[in-house]
Amino acid sequence: MNRAALDLWVGIFVAIGLGALLFLGLKVGNLTFASTGETYQLHAKFDNIGGLKVRAPVKSAGVVVGRVSEIKFDPVAYVAVVTMQIDKRYRFPRDTFATINTSGLLGEQYVSFEVGGDSVMLKNGDFIKKTQSAVVLEKLISQFLFSNKTAGSGDNAQK
Amino acid sequence: MANKLVAALTDLGHRVTSALWRLGFASRFLLMILVYSGTSLRRFHLTIREIYFSGVMSLIIILVSGLFVGMVLGLQGYDTLERYGSSSALGVLVALSLVRELGPVVAALLFASRAGSAITAEIGLMKATEQLSAMEMMAVNPIARVVAPRFWAGVLSMPLLAALFSAMGIFGGYLVGVRLIGVDAGSFWSQMQASVDFREDIVNGVIKSIVFGIIISWIAVFEGYDAEPTAEGVSGATTRTVVTSSLAVLAADFILTAFMFRGA
Repeated sequence: MNRAALDLWVGIFVAIGLGALLFLGLKVGNLTFASTGETYQLHAKFDNIGGLKVRAPVKSAGVVVGRVSEIKFDPVAYVAVVTMQIDKRYRFPRDTFATINTSGLLGEQYVSFEVGGDSVMLKNGDFIKKTQSAVVLEKLISQFLFSNKTAGSGDNAQK
Repeated sequence: MANKLVAALTDLGHRVTSALWRLGFASRFLLMILVYSGTSLRRFHLTIREIYFSGVMSLIIILVSGLFVGMVLGLQGYDTLERYGSSSALGVLVALSLVRELGPVVAALLFASRAGSAITAEIGLMKATEQLSAMEMMAVNPIARVVAPRFWAGVLSMPLLAALFSAMGIFGGYLVGVRLIGVDAGSFWSQMQASVDFREDIVNGVIKSIVFGIIISWIAVFEGYDAEPTAEGVSGATTRTVVTSSLAVLAADFILTAFMFRGA
């Protein structure tokens, strides 16, 4: 085989190999959210973070606006301190309400911002005052079972 | 009785020393490849020729196996996920298992048996027919001229082949999951994109495949260069290449995975 044909085949090989990498990066890995883009830090204290993990998304109105970068335990107040990196393009009012939600019944947990009406915006390093802890499914089920037990006997008798 | 014991102990000692001797020689050989690889990079057409023989010629087997592995993942994954009512996570399962593990590892195992064995047989036969000695006579360094281009061709081909394997596998999973079974195409792709991270998953997979490429190429050229210059010697070296590099790839995969995905 002469050198030109060899070069051609190797060129084709390298091109489709790089194409496969590009496919993995763009179509599978979704390289669109600026991972090294400009961010600022916000902190929030939660009584219970449930199964929230580092790198979990921070969403507002369902749109990803940042990532959880650090989760620490505050040994004085006995609460969890969650640090988030928020995209610099998005500013949030000071009375923003941070909750921990679950996507779907068994999905991953994420931090959700419900935006308030304050005109003062949160700055780098600020704490979010209003937070709501994660909903622990087991607690919810046990509450449901207990509330059903007290009222349950009457229900059964009616059927 | 005592004689037999002494003989057994001598044999064991001999095996251990010869294994250590080979390991030492292999390390020195890797260093020599790196020292003399300047020539193979300056005269790059030597390396391109070897990329053709080990990379391009492995394309068909990599693409077809990738497609089938992805299709099997689609069927098996759907079967299991359906029990928990989460068949929309099929894309995540197929993509993560391919990009993190199956792509680099299975492509490396195929590459070891398809290209590694060929490299060993070629270099071993060159040694058996005294072509390597003839080169030295003509003041051509056989490591720079023969060994280094094959080594670099393997190192460069492996990540591309692994990426092709993963991409083809994801396409196979899409064919079976979405086209055949009827999982929703939107949730297949969007859940995949939401859970596959570029740095954590894809780049780690590429790093794995580069490491595997180094391991396989190193073992293949070393076994060829170290082969006894006889017909049996070359065939034994070819077998050793496939066995040793497959085991080394699996062991290295465990170590790399332990480092990469510990926290997640």
